Amino acid sequence: MKNHRYLKTLKNNTPLLMMVLPGTVFLLLFSYLPMFGIIIAFKKYNFAQGIWGSPWNGLKNFEFMFSSPDAWVITRNTILYNLLFIFGGLVLNVAMAVGLNELRSKMFSKVCQTIVLMPHFLSYVIVSYLVLAFLHVENGVLNRAVLPALGFEPIDWYATVGAWPWILVFVNFWKSTGYGSVVYLAAIAGIDTQLYEAAQIDGASRWQRIRYITIPALVPLMIILTIMNVGKIFSADFGLFYQVPLNTGALYPATNVISTYVYNMLTSAGTGSVGMASAASFYQSIVGFVLVMTTNLIVRKIDPDSALF
Amino acid sequence: MKRKFNLTNILLDILFVIIAVVCVYPVLLVIGISLTDETALAEYGFNVIPKVWSVDAYRYIVSTGATIVRAYGVTIIVTVIGAVTSTLVVALYAYPLSRKDFAYRKLFMFLAFFTMLFSGGVVSWYMICTNMLHLKNSVWAMILPYVMNAWHVIVMRSFFSMSIPAAIIESAKIDGAGEWRIFFNLVMPLAVPGLATIGLFATLTYWNDWTLPLYFVTEPKMYNLQFLLQSMISNIQMLSENSALMGSASLLANVPKEGARMALCIIATGPILIVYPFFQKYFIQGLTVGAVKE
Repeated sequence: MKNHRYLKTLKNNTPLLMMVLPGTVFLLLFSYLPMFGIIIAFKKYNFAQGIWGSPWNGLKNFEFMFSSPDAWVITRNTILYNLLFIFGGLVLNVAMAVGLNELRSKMFSKVCQTIVLMPHFLSYVIVSYLVLAFLHVENGVLNRAVLPALGFEPIDWYATVGAWPWILVFVNFWKSTGYGSVVYLAAIAGIDTQLYEAAQIDGASRWQRIRYITIPALVPLMIILTIMNVGKIFSADFGLFYQVPLNTGALYPATNVISTYVYNMLTSAGTGSVGMASAASFYQSIVGFVLVMTTNLIVRKIDPDSALF
Repeated sequence: MKRKFNLTNILLDILFVIIAVVCVYPVLLVIGISLTDETALAEYGFNVIPKVWSVDAYRYIVSTGATIVRAYGVTIIVTVIGAVTSTLVVALYAYPLSRKDFAYRKLFMFLAFFTMLFSGGVVSWYMICTNMLHLKNSVWAMILPYVMNAWHVIVMRSFFSMSIPAAIIESAKIDGAGEWRIFFNLVMPLAVPGLATIGLFATLTYWNDWTLPLYFVTEPKMYNLQFLLQSMISNIQMLSENSALMGSASLLANVPKEGARMALCIIATGPILIVYPFFQKYFIQGLTVGAVKE
């Protein structure tokens, strides 16, 4: 009897089920199969036998990976860059949105928004050429115009490790701030204008209006977006760290993150490198997942409405 | 009081002019380089305004065009097929999720949402794509992995929920229309702004992509534009790093000159920069809708 009811629901929903079918197939092939394939981290991979057929290897891959000095460098770099990107980005994105909103000329504000959003539409390959135009050893703007004007010697940028944290942080914010401010700007547009009018009558200064009306209205959004980003703390923007420094080996101490390490190990010909790549990849996925779940749990305890799920 | 007010306004205006210049200057610089004579580049370095104007870089690209035209073709084919397929698959998946009467709504919502929380990682994804699905050196390798996207599903579902009243669907059903007819004849036309947004996201993803070719493409004839540029810049980097090891001068001679490479950048990204101000509205709309919870 109960079975019969299930079949009836199934039958009633058949057309809608057919609609979700193609998407489901793609999800299964490109997201869920790899989730099971993560067991490759515990295997000694060989191409002929594939993921499922390769022999088990215990924790060997992890032992190799964590005993190499790279493990510490990539973990440190990934976390430090991401912390800076998340919290620096939070401040810059909100500041950009508030600033755009405060511009007197709406026309100028629109033009500015179009311009600051533009870098988002460039791929990291294009960005790497833009960066090269500045950092090129012989002809770049910095070595040819800026440094001589300030009385400094030219610098071989693609061999100077110390400069890269600054360069990567700058490029990241250059590319992402306009994009990051879009949602906040929309939220500001949704704030009840009566609040501002009342504040003005009470003699609130512009700064006070921003401090006591605009910012508090943005807080829930700030929390949600930050949780989502904290969850991604272990996954780094591959394009930024791989392509902008042109995957230069000499710069790895400053540019190597888990994502680039995984790619370089996966494509390297060295023995056991695929195993190390799979161990690092596993480490990235699992820690990332734990981080999303934990942050969300904490936020749900403090303020259930702000939690992601 | 009033004067102080004006001063902050002026400072704010100046600040934003500076920010705008910082955003645009690198692009103008690359355009400048692409329009400069090659010997002038070596003599005066890179400048926004060419010291010696020249369109040789563009002429060079046109004359030695086969590779580049081919790469352009690959980019266009991948972008068109990819964006259309992706928009359709995402819309088909998102629409039932917006229907309150769909019995398996929660299950399929979770199926999509969970992929945003957890992934199997690049290594296992790469092995599944190459070893099980045999995606290598084909147009499909550059299309299929990006067709489905959970975030796009969530954005599209919000569009459907907002723009399609349940009453319309009810009445169409009473009139005897089937689900597929309702979807294609009633729902899709009403959801055009949403479809435009998703289509735009997908178009940008495919046009700008160089990571799928990086993983799956080894044959130069299958390179897309972005990957062609990527391989040029990394070849040069590799050569200059190892120049002591091999006689790199002859190898470098085959790589296009600086001006030509910068010109290729402009050709690759120009179409997006030109049309972007017109579709910006849809883009912002999509981002805003995507941030709305439930």
